[in-house]
Amino acid sequence: MIVAEAKPIEEVLEMIDRYDKIILAGCKECVAVCAAGGEKEVQLLASALRTARKTTGRELEIREVTLERQCDPEYVEGIRGFAGDYQAILSIACGVGVQYMAEHYKTIPALPGLNTSFMGGSLEQGVWSERCQGCGTCILHLTGGICPITRCAKSLLNGPCGGSAKGKCEVNPEIECGWQLIIDRLRELGEFEARYTELFPIKDWSTSRDGGQRTIIREDLKP
Amino acid sequence: MDGVYVAGCLEGECHYLRGNLRAKKRVGHVQGILAALGINPERLQMYNLSAAMGGRFVEIAQEMTERVRALGPSPVTTGQGREFVAGEQEEEGK
Repeated sequence: MIVAEAKPIEEVLEMIDRYDKIILAGCKECVAVCAAGGEKEVQLLASALRTARKTTGRELEIREVTLERQCDPEYVEGIRGFAGDYQAILSIACGVGVQYMAEHYKTIPALPGLNTSFMGGSLEQGVWSERCQGCGTCILHLTGGICPITRCAKSLLNGPCGGSAKGKCEVNPEIECGWQLIIDRLRELGEFEARYTELFPIKDWSTSRDGGQRTIIREDLKP
Repeated sequence: MDGVYVAGCLEGECHYLRGNLRAKKRVGHVQGILAALGINPERLQMYNLSAAMGGRFVEIAQEMTERVRALGPSPVTTGQGREFVAGEQEEEGK
């Protein structure tokens, strides 16, 4: 899932300070699962913002909505009927959702209520961890199912580097060395000799962010 | 509403095992939100006591009443702006 976390309330309050009527839009997908932007978080944030505004003697009208997804046009269009009655849309979806709001409602400012952080999963309740950077050319079958692009601070393809010590990364002693994890896993799989002795060629980063904004077109799915 | 206190079981003696510990964490979380909103987090408190501690319950109720009376009406009611800025209260000895 895409993992995000709430912006500090002070930052959000400053963002909406000049508005008195806003839409607060959550999303029922990834950000709901990581407890940052689902229906419950919409209610909590709306309550906090109204409370804060009351302390200044000003009213804040908030229309609370939680869309099925904010990354699909048909759902984003779901607020078309009343969007024009509001001065701004505060989206607590990921950055995709905020941008979809901006693209669909061109005359209404779209504001981000979250900081979108990474693609990852949950380790336990309340803990999320990054797993994928969406580089566009997956090599997990060669690295024991552990991503060196994400798990190595340098995204090395032929690691580890000299900064790996006792299984930890020099960037932060609490972070595991991705390449140590890969080597250990390859050994467990009995693939160490076959895989580790082979050097990875230079990676084509054009499929990653280096190639500019990416688009996938599936002709078979297009109408 | 100018103040709230949450009364949980004594730590280690909760029928729901960790219910009171979870409540304590959540009260702390909400205190952080109140502070960010400019509301004195002292307005929200968590106390632990058992059902047999009637005397302590009275003490807590009086303590909380005095605390809220000293703080005065909530800025949510008065609309007079932030009553709390993180860091400043400690310097003023409040």
